[in-house]
Amino acid sequence: MESILEQIDRGIIWDTPGGVHPQTNKSLSTQTPIERLPLPQELVLPIKQHIGSNGKLIVEVGQHVLKGQPLTEAAGHWSVPIHAPTSGTVLDIKPMPSTHPSALPELSIILEPDGADTWCELSPWPDFHAKSNEQIVDRIHQAGISGMGGAGFPAYVKAQPTHPIEYLIINGVECEPFITADDMLMREHAEQIIRGIEVLRKLYQPTRIIIAIEDDKPQAIAALTKACEEDHNTIVRAIPTKYPSGGEKQLIQVVTSMQVPRGGLPSDVGVVVHNVGTIFAIYQAIFEGKPLIERVVTLAGDTLSKNTNAWLLLGTPIKFALTHVGFVPEKWQRVIMGGPMMGFTLPSVRLPIIKTSNCVLAPSQNQMPFPGEEQPCIRCGACADACPATLLPQQLLWYAKSNDHQKLQDHKLSDCIECGACAFVCPSEIPLVEYYRVAKADIKQAQQDKIDAERAKERFEARNRRLEREKEERNQRHQRGRRQPNNNKASETKKTNDAVQAALARAKAKKADAVNDNDMAALREERKRQAKLYKEEKRASAQETSTKEDAVAAAVARAKAKKQANASSVSSSTANNETEKESQKDAVAAAIARAKAKKIAKNTPPDEQSEPAIERSDNTSKADDPRKAAVAAAIARAKAKKAAKEPTSDAQSESAAERSVDNAAADDPRKAAVAAAIARAKAKKAAKEAPSVEQSESAAENSDDNATADDPRKAAVAAAIARAKAKKAAKEAPSVEQSESAAEHSVDNAAADDPRKAAVAASIARAKAKKAAKEAPSVEQSESSAEISEDNEAADDPRKTAVAAAIARAKAKKAAKEAPSVEQTEPTVESSDDEMAEDPRKAAVAAAIARAKAKKAAKEAQSKKHGDEN
Amino acid sequence: MSALKVLSSPHQHSQKSLSQLMLAVCLATSLGLLAQLYFFGIGVLIQIVLAISTALACEALVLKLRKRPLNTTLKDNSAVLSALLLALCIPPLAPWWVIVIGTFFAIVFVKQLYGGLGANIFNPAMAGYVLLLISFPVQMTSWLPPAELMPIQLSFIDQLSLVFTGSSSAGLSLEQVRSGIDGVTMATPLDTIKTDLSKGLTVSESLAQPIFTSFAGAGWQWVNLGYLIGGLYLIKARLINWHIPVAMLSSLGLCAVVGIMIDPDTSAGPILHLFSGATMLGAFFIATDPVSAATTNKGRLIYGAAIGILVYLIRTYGGYPDAVAFAVLLLNMAVPLIDFYTQPRVYGDTKDS
Repeated sequence: MESILEQIDRGIIWDTPGGVHPQTNKSLSTQTPIERLPLPQELVLPIKQHIGSNGKLIVEVGQHVLKGQPLTEAAGHWSVPIHAPTSGTVLDIKPMPSTHPSALPELSIILEPDGADTWCELSPWPDFHAKSNEQIVDRIHQAGISGMGGAGFPAYVKAQPTHPIEYLIINGVECEPFITADDMLMREHAEQIIRGIEVLRKLYQPTRIIIAIEDDKPQAIAALTKACEEDHNTIVRAIPTKYPSGGEKQLIQVVTSMQVPRGGLPSDVGVVVHNVGTIFAIYQAIFEGKPLIERVVTLAGDTLSKNTNAWLLLGTPIKFALTHVGFVPEKWQRVIMGGPMMGFTLPSVRLPIIKTSNCVLAPSQNQMPFPGEEQPCIRCGACADACPATLLPQQLLWYAKSNDHQKLQDHKLSDCIECGACAFVCPSEIPLVEYYRVAKADIKQAQQDKIDAERAKERFEARNRRLEREKEERNQRHQRGRRQPNNNKASETKKTNDAVQAALARAKAKKADAVNDNDMAALREERKRQAKLYKEEKRASAQETSTKEDAVAAAVARAKAKKQANASSVSSSTANNETEKESQKDAVAAAIARAKAKKIAKNTPPDEQSEPAIERSDNTSKADDPRKAAVAAAIARAKAKKAAKEPTSDAQSESAAERSVDNAAADDPRKAAVAAAIARAKAKKAAKEAPSVEQSESAAENSDDNATADDPRKAAVAAAIARAKAKKAAKEAPSVEQSESAAEHSVDNAAADDPRKAAVAASIARAKAKKAAKEAPSVEQSESSAEISEDNEAADDPRKTAVAAAIARAKAKKAAKEAPSVEQTEPTVESSDDEMAEDPRKAAVAAAIARAKAKKAAKEAQSKKHGDEN
Repeated sequence: MSALKVLSSPHQHSQKSLSQLMLAVCLATSLGLLAQLYFFGIGVLIQIVLAISTALACEALVLKLRKRPLNTTLKDNSAVLSALLLALCIPPLAPWWVIVIGTFFAIVFVKQLYGGLGANIFNPAMAGYVLLLISFPVQMTSWLPPAELMPIQLSFIDQLSLVFTGSSSAGLSLEQVRSGIDGVTMATPLDTIKTDLSKGLTVSESLAQPIFTSFAGAGWQWVNLGYLIGGLYLIKARLINWHIPVAMLSSLGLCAVVGIMIDPDTSAGPILHLFSGATMLGAFFIATDPVSAATTNKGRLIYGAAIGILVYLIRTYGGYPDAVAFAVLLLNMAVPLIDFYTQPRVYGDTKDS
């Protein structure tokens, strides 16, 4: 297989897709040599004449400048300076219509020539080889050279390729009809162009330099071939005349067979392409020291008495140039900047020649008829055959008309180079290029709109968050003021008040349930018993003794506390059996016993005296109405749980929550289950929110809690919410399982009443807890404390409580930062909990066991129930 | 200096126009048309005149109703081309109302109601043809035998009278005119083979019939040859791309070759398939209708090949002797899909697509 280089050397050229063969009309303007026009009265020099950013002005109004003196200096990305094309005075610096289809004003320097045409001091480099590449690139940059073929890409950027360059291609193709500026330049300045190429050879060190010229320019080909006949690395290549072979990517394929990848640059395939006009400018900059101040422009069209090429100073008004060649405009005259295929019609002739102006075309209607009426597309595909980018113009038209941006992008509209070949061949005379330009602009606009919309949304959300936060802070400030005395009081009368306060939230929920006096009485009794229990436990914490009179369940639990994991199965089986019994009383009693046992187990070491107490309570509850008993049992259990959670402060809130939930559950399991589910959902939601958001949530929940005091259903809901909160807190704690256990506890209670429902609820709760566990633990311990206070305060007026809770939370947070043990910062909440916290580890273990048991029990209960039914 | 005219590039145009393109396609049918005139009489011309006038009248009517410019659309020759193609497919002495109904349906329903030129999904001429074939099967299959086999020579007046009144000046009905001296109705070559096969004859026995005078049936082979030459001109003049005709003819030919290799007794050979019926007209003038055909080159190959296969299948196994119209319409429906999945690789795209 022959290498590309060998094929190139053999003179092979390649074909490109598509292309058209418009009438070239080149000979019109090549009959006379390049002319020189007299100095115009005034030059208008837009500061920006290339792709990239503006240069910085370095002259002032009224200043006299010399020919070649820089007027701006490079500033910013892709910025090149402009220079005074002749000596004269800066008359004004103001926005002037630019040489652009829109003629939008651009900042321009207006220069009045003094007629002397005096050069500034020039520093030619006859021996550029002595200069470094950096110096050469800088010289090219300072000479203000940008691509002169049309796009105006700054030449110095191209002169610093990122990839090694194998082929340097000099573009003398000039495929647009009518334009002969490069042709004439090559004919007249072949020698200089070859020397200019030498400069680039030094910069790129290419394997081959290929000068590509269309075969309809035999004189230019001859001139350049002669000029470089000594040089074996430079090839002058005649290529077939086809539009748009002069397109950079097309030309690269014609002479090297390589296609530049989509969205890539020629340097990606080791190629760099320069226009001959640019090469000549580089020659002048290096060998003569002259900056880019003039260029060859083709003046063509049959409304001119003479078609020719002329050296025009940049800034020369087009009208001046046209008048010079006998311009007689007709009705509906068009003046086209550039060629007939890609050039644009000028809205006025009072516009300047700029660095990229290669042709001014003033055709008559006879020479270039106006387009006919647009007819429907018949999908003949002539456009697709002509498209050099192998697009499907007929499909693009369809989608452009229907504004289908997605399909336009699917059909690669962005790869359209707007060469006009499709519109040229279209039998229906559809201005395809215009459709594509509009569609491209639409797509760009749509993308911009989307970005803007997203930004606006972000801003809006950020604002909402900020407002939320501010509101929260305001609330906290209020609450702090109210909360202060409360706290003091709490610390003073710690022992008694704490117990009461801890029970308060619970009690409230219960109170709501308790619509009759009996219930109320039961509650009161229960509360008393609890208080007593707390005291006993506290007292007995130092000793450990076993008692024979213990209830079976209690014994099991205690044994478990010692042996830990082993016992769990036993107790759970007990639980199961009991839940299945028809006798509600029995179930309740058993549950109570179990719960108490658990509690004791957790209060390592458990004490003698506490046990009779348990028994007593068991008996009491058995004797009482089953419902009451259930309530009591639930409370006991909840307490036990609380103890288990003691090591981590967060748990406290949980237990508080659980208690109220349990109560509610005992009363109306179904309602409770529903409420719990709701609450759980809420909790889940909350869990997802950022920590900052959580605070506000909890505040919201505060009020919820307060509302619970009204009716049983509400209470249930509130309880559930509380649980959710607890869960949230659990997230932050190192042991995630606490929340899980919390969920399971509530399930246990429910299970006693309606095993199936409970089991379902339990599983849901567990899942939820797990989810919560996944969340990253943050420092939000303060949250839990906050919630505790919420619960306590729930009995008060809802609003007040909310405020108070917020304050407490804030305080807790602060405290959390100061001390490792969070418990101490929560005096309001700690009551029996504090006392039970003596051996946190053991308690935790016990709790875990209890939890596991509960889980198992729930499962078994469910399955058993199923079995029973079956 | 007065205001300058501002226009979008390009400012030059190839000066090809839609009406020229349509007209050129119409003219390219002339060789086949001449052959048809020669073999089947002036009735063909009567049908064409009827079709074109109906088409223009219908188009004008609908354009008026749709409030669209009359002049440019009527001048684009697209209705003329559709009418011409439909007329070429109609038996020359079919009653006048057949072609009028067909053209009306083609122009009003298939073309204009879909949005006019460029927006129709189906080939108007073929949709009109299928409508007629299904609605008036007797009239649509009453092809005359080629003139050389005709027992009675019909004058222009006779033919005119048959088209408009249903009987010749001598009072003979079309059925009587079509019958040979022996009273047996003559049919097209494809018809003959189909009928003979159903009678239990083999293809070679069928080919012994007088209608098969040379390589592919009297008259029809020359008509097809005429369209082939016209089609080659279209390709040469770049009025159509080669993809569809080449794909269609080669797939049809290939199917026929395979068929005859497998079962020579019941299969017509490739030559018969390629040069009888509407094969050449279909391949170069009908399937290439740009509006309803695939528009990518790869898609055109698929489209053409599928038409060829369908033509063969329907001719061989279907109930109709010819199948170009059905095949084209079926593939018209597949065009959007074909086009979407056969987009050419965009210049410089490194991924194969």
